[in-house]
Amino acid sequence: MIHLQHIERIFLVGDEEVHALSDVSMTAADGEYIATMGPSGSGKSSLLNIMGFLDRPDSGSYELDGIKVSELEEQQQAEIRRHKIGFVFQFFHLVPRLTAFDNIALPLMLSGMKQEERQVRVNAALAAFGLANRAGHRPDQLSGGQRQRVAIARATIMQPSVILADEPTGNLDRSSGIEVAEILEELNHQGITLIMVTHDPDLGRRARRQILMVDGRIEHDKLWYPEETAHADP
Amino acid sequence: MQVNDFLRYTIYGLRAQRLRSFLTALGIGVGIGAVVLLTSLGEGLHHFVLAEFSQFGTNLIAINPGKVTTHGISGALVSNVRPLTIEDTENLKKLPQILDAVSVVQGNAAIEAGSHQRRTTIYGVDASASRVWRFAVAAGRFLPDDPPRAARSFTVLGSKVRQELFGSTQALGMRVRIGGELFRVIGTMESKGQLLGFDLDDAVYIPASKALALFNRESLMEIDLLHSTNSSSTVVAEQVRKVLAGRHGSEDFTITTQEKMLDVLGGVLGTLTIAVGALGGISLLVGGVGILTIMSIAVNERTGEIGLLRALGVGRNQILALFLGEAIVLAAIGGLAGLGLGIGGSWLVSLLVPALPSHTSWGYVVSAELLAALVGLLAGVLPARRAARMHPVEALRAE
Ligand SMILES: Nc1ncnc2c1ncn2[C@@H]1O[C@H](COP(=O)(O)OP(=O)(O)O)[C@@H](O)[C@H]1O
Ligand SMILES: [Mg+2]
Repeated sequence: MIHLQHIERIFLVGDEEVHALSDVSMTAADGEYIATMGPSGSGKSSLLNIMGFLDRPDSGSYELDGIKVSELEEQQQAEIRRHKIGFVFQFFHLVPRLTAFDNIALPLMLSGMKQEERQVRVNAALAAFGLANRAGHRPDQLSGGQRQRVAIARATIMQPSVILADEPTGNLDRSSGIEVAEILEELNHQGITLIMVTHDPDLGRRARRQILMVDGRIEHDKLWYPEETAHADP
Repeated sequence: MQVNDFLRYTIYGLRAQRLRSFLTALGIGVGIGAVVLLTSLGEGLHHFVLAEFSQFGTNLIAINPGKVTTHGISGALVSNVRPLTIEDTENLKKLPQILDAVSVVQGNAAIEAGSHQRRTTIYGVDASASRVWRFAVAAGRFLPDDPPRAARSFTVLGSKVRQELFGSTQALGMRVRIGGELFRVIGTMESKGQLLGFDLDDAVYIPASKALALFNRESLMEIDLLHSTNSSSTVVAEQVRKVLAGRHGSEDFTITTQEKMLDVLGGVLGTLTIAVGALGGISLLVGGVGILTIMSIAVNERTGEIGLLRALGVGRNQILALFLGEAIVLAAIGGLAGLGLGIGGSWLVSLLVPALPSHTSWGYVVSAELLAALVGLLAGVLPARRAARMHPVEALRAE
């Protein structure tokens, strides 16, 4: 469970204070699917970075699964991030010199898992994401959709409880984007909490809960019931 | 993270920039190669010189006229110094620890045999010389044990002089003129080669008393003593000092033990080796700067990757370790190449210049490799710290 209370994030640009997040409070239950939308510069990425404690809020508190993360040391935060959080980025962030296999295996390798164990886990992931015949390809030999699938495989290889996806389809064509969204939704069905930032209203509407951000504040936070949609659309 | 994974990750990183990594490693390699080669040569020279000096035996004591003070040689030219005499030598021979003693007079003179003539070094010595200096005779025999003041006019030729004067013809029994005096050749020496540029074979041995007369001298130039191994050279030197001072009335001579000579020589050569190693150290420093530069560039280029690693749950310390490790691996690879260069180089030198043997000690090799790793570590600190301190969000945005 994610629990944010009165989060402030202020950047100093020149002499001016930019409130990237102001007084943001929200809770995400385990297994939720939340789409975060809003205009550019409204604080969506800042929110996601705080949720993954890649960034520290200037004030406010953050609890993840009952742990007061904002009070922890950097090393402990890294440890928790490694096991509980999977990041997916707009620009994939694959390591260019590593193959798809090695990119997916990276978190396992960094945490010291033995090669044989890794082999099994990564091969299973490759198969699950339809990348079995791309294992030995480097990122520049993959399509955008394939790259993002590698990135998602990497984000989930440690079996995190939360996926934070910052515009994961922003750099993909429409059909690849839908494919990636479906993969993320499938992971959500399996119980992972999915928080996805998107520009695309169609994509946002697929989530049951939608958050609209404006100027660093949560403007709307609403649950959307598919039944309602069915009623409204004869 | 497992060691082999770390190495693989690092090697992939270095391999992605092949040329750059190669050039940087080369910098360290040249440095280490220079250190190994130069110290090998220095060590080799050290061993070589020590061996050359101790080929005459290690229980030698030399006595020279005049007193060497810390201000330099005084006395040698001062008239109140009593000459070292053949009688001094004979007296010292009676000391129980002294196994043998040689009177030495040295000078240059012409030697003639028939129509052949040559200027050479004349050593006035006595029968003991071949024993004290461990000279081996190739043919005939060395100077006989004549009474020192009434020695017969015999001479023994060094191998080069023999060759120059007689070529392939018989030398034994022939008459030669040395400084106008007639001598009969009774022996020829085995070739001894060179010692620090002196041709030991370009020499002729005659009795000391004859040499004193020939060069019109009163004093011997040196007395060389061979003492038994049971007594320390300092103890023997002290006894010799007492005997001679008693005979001369004062200490107007200088005693040098071989031990002391080797110490001084060893000190000089050791300093030389260090100086030469320091020279190699400078090239290592340059290599270190190369690593610093390359690692800084690598940290810049891989900013996005650093951000990613942080997002994957890698802590600052592990980022630090990764980049430090990469710098060390790079330097260590260069170091290994340098060891190859250095060892190969010194092997080549000893092949091309056999007179200058090299000696690569494992101690140097291991410390050279450790030194390379240390250079990598030091050079990696700054870039690695910068990588570790990056803000993950900013780093991620860099791509
Ligand atoms: N490192 C930073 N320095 C200064 N301003 C920043 C920084 N990061 C974000 N901001 C500002 O914070 C606001 C929110 O940014 P961001 O969360 O990236 O918005 P979004 O992802 O919704 O486009 C923007 O006005 C942005 O300019
Ligand atoms: Mg954004």
